[in-house]
Amino acid sequence: MSLQQQKRGVSLWVQMLIWLSITGLLVLVGLGLWKAQRPMVSVGSPAPDFNLTLFEGYNFDGAPSVKLSDLRGRLVVINFWASWCKPCEQEAAVLETAWRLYQPGGEVVFLGIAWTDTEPKSKAFLKRFDITYPNGPDLGTRISQLYNRNLGVPETYFIGRDGLLKHIQIGPFSSVSQLQALIDRLLAE
Amino acid sequence: MKSRSFLLFIVVFALTLLGPVEAFAQGSAPSDDDVNRIAKELYCPVCENTPLDVCPTQACAEWREQIRLMLAEGKTDAEIKQYFVDYYGARVLAEPPRQGFNWLAYLVPPVLIAFGIFVLARTLKGWAKHDITESHGGESEPQAEVDEYVRRLEEELHKRQ
Repeated sequence: MSLQQQKRGVSLWVQMLIWLSITGLLVLVGLGLWKAQRPMVSVGSPAPDFNLTLFEGYNFDGAPSVKLSDLRGRLVVINFWASWCKPCEQEAAVLETAWRLYQPGGEVVFLGIAWTDTEPKSKAFLKRFDITYPNGPDLGTRISQLYNRNLGVPETYFIGRDGLLKHIQIGPFSSVSQLQALIDRLLAE
Repeated sequence: MKSRSFLLFIVVFALTLLGPVEAFAQGSAPSDDDVNRIAKELYCPVCENTPLDVCPTQACAEWREQIRLMLAEGKTDAEIKQYFVDYYGARVLAEPPRQGFNWLAYLVPPVLIAFGIFVLARTLKGWAKHDITESHGGESEPQAEVDEYVRRLEEELHKRQ
């Protein structure tokens, strides 16, 4: 047997198939990493749209769900919270008080989104703090993934009348005046 | 005295009977093992790399409580897992569902292993053939070239002597 015969390798189409498979895998891994490393939605960029199904007993203009894009023209305050989160307990009264201040004017909408919380505990939390503004669960964690937030709770996002993200509050608001000052500034823009 | 002993016997006997009855009544309540059987197949997004059965956070404790509640309601393991997927997304599952791109996680490793075995088998086969050829006295071309060189070198050395 000659040396050339012995060194006979795999056929060309098999080699091509192998290289294509490796390239495809690398592309998939790269896409996954790119998606995972994407920066959080930034201030000044359009706020990702979502549909929030509200908890039983809550409604928005009589509807059991609310779509962010339908709120264009109003300032939207989106608060991510969880019943197991202690700072959320401290913040709950602040948010509710502010909501009751702005609700009659109709210029500001508050939305509460329960993040990775169980439904009975969420409902108990809302009842305990007498939260009246629309609240719902982050079903499938779809909304939190849209906002690519992984920092924990509470976090509050302020969407301007133009649908752009205006401000992100990481952590709780310590007082109604702090929240009020921010809302008034954004309303004045 | 005799009647008092008899009464005591009756009381003790009644208590021993009561024990198993109570245990039976509690048997319908899901045990920690029942809860953990499902919890170990779930991950909470708050603490992504810790299975739910051993996760120490309050969030995970509440999730386990939810599992206990659903088991007590008579829900099956599959129904409970589906509830968690619907409520929190497929990423809570320890094993990704067999659909779409997730199939890659199941197909790529066996394909790579099979390919590795194929390459290994082929290489071993090549080595075995090579050994057989050599043991039958066959010489490969480079060996023949070397021998020819040695023969000529020895010839030259003889001439010089």
